[in-house]
Amino acid sequence: MADDHRMLELIGVSHVYVNDKGASLAVEQLDITVNRGEFVSLVGPSGCGKTTILSMLAGLISPTKGQVLLGGDAVSGPSTKVGYMLQQDFLFPWRTIRDNAAIGLEITGRKTAEALQRVDELLAELGLPGSGSRYPHELSGGMRQRVALARTLATEPDILLLDEPFSALDLHIKLQLEDLVQQTLRRLGKTAMLVTHDLAEAAAMSDRVIVLAANPGRIIAEHIMPDELRSASPMDARRLAGFQNVFDQLWAELEAAEGAEGGDTGE
Amino acid sequence: MNKEQEELKAEVSGIQEDRVSWMEDLHLRFKKRAQRLTAAVGATQIAILVLFVALWEAAGRLRWIDPLLFSYPSKLFNQIWTTIADGSLWPHIGMTVSETAVGFALGTLLGTALAAALWWFPFLSRVFDPYLVVLNSLPKVALGPLFIVLLGPGFVSIVAVTLSVTVIITTINIYNQFREIEAGFIKVVRLFGASRAQLFRLVILPASFPVIISALKVNVGLAWVGVIVGEFLVAKLGLGYLIIYGFQVFNFTLVLSSLVVIAAVATVMYQLVAILERKLTNGWRER
Repeated sequence: MADDHRMLELIGVSHVYVNDKGASLAVEQLDITVNRGEFVSLVGPSGCGKTTILSMLAGLISPTKGQVLLGGDAVSGPSTKVGYMLQQDFLFPWRTIRDNAAIGLEITGRKTAEALQRVDELLAELGLPGSGSRYPHELSGGMRQRVALARTLATEPDILLLDEPFSALDLHIKLQLEDLVQQTLRRLGKTAMLVTHDLAEAAAMSDRVIVLAANPGRIIAEHIMPDELRSASPMDARRLAGFQNVFDQLWAELEAAEGAEGGDTGE
Repeated sequence: MNKEQEELKAEVSGIQEDRVSWMEDLHLRFKKRAQRLTAAVGATQIAILVLFVALWEAAGRLRWIDPLLFSYPSKLFNQIWTTIADGSLWPHIGMTVSETAVGFALGTLLGTALAAALWWFPFLSRVFDPYLVVLNSLPKVALGPLFIVLLGPGFVSIVAVTLSVTVIITTINIYNQFREIEAGFIKVVRLFGASRAQLFRLVILPASFPVIISALKVNVGLAWVGVIVGEFLVAKLGLGYLIIYGFQVFNFTLVLSSLVVIAAVATVMYQLVAILERKLTNGWRER
């Protein structure tokens, strides 16, 4: 029953995008497994297929080759097992904060009075008490991204896909949100996959970091974070002695990844 | 020590009060400046109107212009007043207003429905794209006589002329808006597994409300063109009919006074649409 722990699996996955200009290979022969409750980050240069991987996991696109499994079942389309947080909040300006956070419930036909009550509680837990009836334009960028997190959590997904959700924020708000997200996911026992450009963010938040190379996207390295970093909050982890070491390692890997890409185009 | 603290407190609160009154003063001055500007704009607007009317009146009475052709304001208002008083103007206003209202409401609804159909079936939109472009550049009021032959002279064919003017441009504008909606908004609902109908209802349509409203505003103007042209062609009742009748009997006072009434009624309709706009987009106007 070891399979029970496998929340999320990519098995021999390749994906080709086809358009007028031709076909391009986005990712090739990926094998990734993420266990229940684990927090895994994907880092890599642009064009390494990070968003493609998340889109396949979210069921927005199906892989050209290979299998994508969530909790052992093949992904056939978007499902409420998965929550997805985007780079920008994309809150609907015509809906109140509460209605924005509850949109997933509305779409899946679960928008009841009790569910809305839970949404209000969720907003309060995420540091936005009593703001349910306000409109998005009244909120700051950091608050809006909190609402986006509430929207993602409201449908109670087992797995969270985080597509650079902190990259558009100011540094200190970004650090606050990193802490909040990690804390919340740990408390709820969620499995998460984070895509980011920020190596420090990956090192501070994750249990494991996967380094990808581009053109086509493929795995070139995998790092399990030391226990002391994993147990600390992202803010504290940055201050630990071991942090710089991990960061430097990741940095070197990423340099190598970009070098590998250069070699590819040289061929 | 206690005394000192109190004194310190008093000093601090004194500073705070100073600051509050200073800031309130700044705000007050700002508001006054804004009010003065608004008042100046309003006064200039009224002055232009008064000057224009006075000049026209003088020119007419002093025979600088031919009063038979250009009439003058007091004659116009006399004309309007007598026809209002004896009740003969109301049926004309009622007819034209109902034609215009039906025309622009139906035109906007139909245009939105067509745009929705094009959005729902991308194949259709590709097929009809060139037809829409050509139809849009065609002077569709020229089809007026055809509508009269087909639908008979009267209300229905006048509304049809109005629709011919409004529907195509509304369809094009709203469909373009449907296509330009932020991909991120669409992704948000697709990630929750939204159906195409849910996507339309929850995202596409509400995100397009501002454009639909502005189409409504444009259509108020276009509908007047359609209605007046339609009435020129066939009607026995309506402000357009009054204008064409005035021309035929060489009564330019009637022609111009009808135009004044149209201007007044059109203004009221435009304001109603503006109120509707505020109602619909209440709260989220700022993006």
